[in-house]
Amino acid sequence: MNRKWKSHIEVALIYLFIAFMFVVIAYPLLWTISMSLNPGTSLYSASIIPEKWTLEHYKWLFTSPDSNYLLWYKNSLFVAAANAALSVLFTALIAYAFSRYKFIGRKTGLYLFLVLQMFPSLMAMVALYILLNMLHLLDSLWGLILIYVGGQIPFNAWLVKGYFDTIPRELDEAARIDGAGHFGVFFRIMLPLAKPILAVVALFNFMAPFTDFLLPSIVLRDPEKFTLAVGLFNFISDRFANNFTRFAAGSILIAAPIAIVFLFLQRYLISGLTAGGTKG
Amino acid sequence: MSEASARHRPAVAMVLSLLFAGLGQLYNRRYIKGIVFIVIEAAFLITFYNFLNIGLWGLVTLGEIPMLDHSIFLLIQGLVSVIIIAFAVALHIANIIDARNDARRRQRGEPAPSLIESCRNAWDRGFPYIFVTPGLVMLLFIVVLPLLFMVSLAFTDYNLYHSPPRHLLNWVGFENFKNLVSIPIWKSTFFSVLSWTIVWTVVATTMQIALGLFLALLVNDPRIKFKRFIRTVLILPWAVPAFVTILVFAAMFNDKFGAINREVLSLFGLSIPWMTDPFWTKVALILIQTWLGFPFVFALFTGVLQSISRDWYEAADIDGATRWQKFKSITLPHVLYATAPLLIMQYAGNFNNFNIIYLFNDGGPAVRGQNAGGTDILISWVYDLTFTTNNYNMAAAISLIIGLIVSGFAIYQFRRTRSFKEEGNI
Repeated sequence: MNRKWKSHIEVALIYLFIAFMFVVIAYPLLWTISMSLNPGTSLYSASIIPEKWTLEHYKWLFTSPDSNYLLWYKNSLFVAAANAALSVLFTALIAYAFSRYKFIGRKTGLYLFLVLQMFPSLMAMVALYILLNMLHLLDSLWGLILIYVGGQIPFNAWLVKGYFDTIPRELDEAARIDGAGHFGVFFRIMLPLAKPILAVVALFNFMAPFTDFLLPSIVLRDPEKFTLAVGLFNFISDRFANNFTRFAAGSILIAAPIAIVFLFLQRYLISGLTAGGTKG
Repeated sequence: MSEASARHRPAVAMVLSLLFAGLGQLYNRRYIKGIVFIVIEAAFLITFYNFLNIGLWGLVTLGEIPMLDHSIFLLIQGLVSVIIIAFAVALHIANIIDARNDARRRQRGEPAPSLIESCRNAWDRGFPYIFVTPGLVMLLFIVVLPLLFMVSLAFTDYNLYHSPPRHLLNWVGFENFKNLVSIPIWKSTFFSVLSWTIVWTVVATTMQIALGLFLALLVNDPRIKFKRFIRTVLILPWAVPAFVTILVFAAMFNDKFGAINREVLSLFGLSIPWMTDPFWTKVALILIQTWLGFPFVFALFTGVLQSISRDWYEAADIDGATRWQKFKSITLPHVLYATAPLLIMQYAGNFNNFNIIYLFNDGGPAVRGQNAGGTDILISWVYDLTFTTNNYNMAAAISLIIGLIVSGFAIYQFRRTRSFKEEGNI
């Protein structure tokens, strides 16, 4: 009896702690939602339970002639889609070569990837800015995509290579005996079998442009070329308290779809990370 | 073995190929190959000669006439030249080795492979290079070149008062590093920023790992129900884009009209200067990073915990082990062993966690007697030096120091890495 009670108390304490975490997690999120439903634009008069609920900020984002929100959404989607597709292509090619072939510079290359993924791209911002300027790609979405695709290679090539290593070599040898060439093995054996990790890479690179504000804020100048993160940041960076409710509304419209996709795919994400990462 | 082939000398082929690509191949009587190589080298020289010439001159001198020579462009051209030359040298060496191999084959009297055969050989052996090249070129120009540029800047005098095209830059050796630790304002700023960076990295990362581990253990308890639902909610902070949550927190922690002071702490009659007192800003930053960072660790550990075999625990139960003993000797080693590289990456990530510092309070509040904000970490200080005060040379020097510290993390990763032992098999 005593033991049973002890167990009950333990379980109750665990639930209590989890409930506490729920509150800590939910509070800022719910607060943002209620901010976006507050009338007026100032943070001071807003409260977590507004006196009058309103959708005016959402309406403003979509219908006001001053609002570039839809344009930003389109830019972000374009950058995200291009980034995801190109990143998967380049990364898979590199990872395949590193996983299956012996060639001069293979080891050096692996070391290079490992070191480079630790260096924040911020350190190279000045140079990137000058380079893009020289190539006339400043203030252009393609310039942004170029940097994203190049910058993700060290980390993701490593991840995908780790996954390719787990695919048995007997499979590609069998395919070779059946007459498949280098490309045949790559397209018919490796790519289909590596779908989970490629999905992870695609997802990472699809989400990155939605959440990154630093690089686009340096590369992009014209408000019509902004991505969502830069545009939203500018809502509040100028006059902090003034546009917060509008910022909240705009943020929710990005965060909600990303969070939903993310929660659906998190299982893949974890297994991909541990497979590539711990082997890595 | 015919006499002609016995007199064939690999050394001659190598020297000829060293002089100009393709000559050795001609000596080996591989005429088509030789001509192709000669054409490639000639084309390379004709195309790049001027570019490389100016590039190397620029790299050494950084320009000679102000207003006409732009030191920064010259520096970049110089670095690009170095990369191109490195490639050319590698190809040239490959050409010499090729000449030697062909010459040896000929010396042994083996017949030269037919054109189709040699094409197929080149295709098979060159294949990995074809796969790697597009990505590698991007990597070189988008990641490596900018890093080299940054390293170079650390040894110049590039700042607001010394900027092209009005002025030429000069190489100054280790001057910037000396200034960093000897000029009082730089010295005091550098050491206070460095120490906060270390405290921040260690405390914030350890907190997020500890909370993640603790929650993973709790939810993994067999007596707990609704596991899927609980896990989904606990992962939410990871799912919401960080820049949104950080900006939301920045508003919530606002001294005057933030929700934390107005709605939560007012219940206890408290009001904390979150944004104006460096100490409280640091506390807030660590709390927020814990909120942001624990779900990743939680998800990771949950995956590993489920993979630990039940046998271990049953054996421990038979031996009468306490819960703490089981945790210490079974769970913890398993979990840490499986995830160590990713955890190290968490530390490295927080060490350079620019977003949270910049978005929360822009490194502020300002502090007397130093030229960085009270919560600036190295990387956000670099950002300020670059984009606000245009102290490019100092920013680059500090970046280089960040790079050295980060390499420490990288070396640890190397030693753990097993995949170097597996070699490609083709």
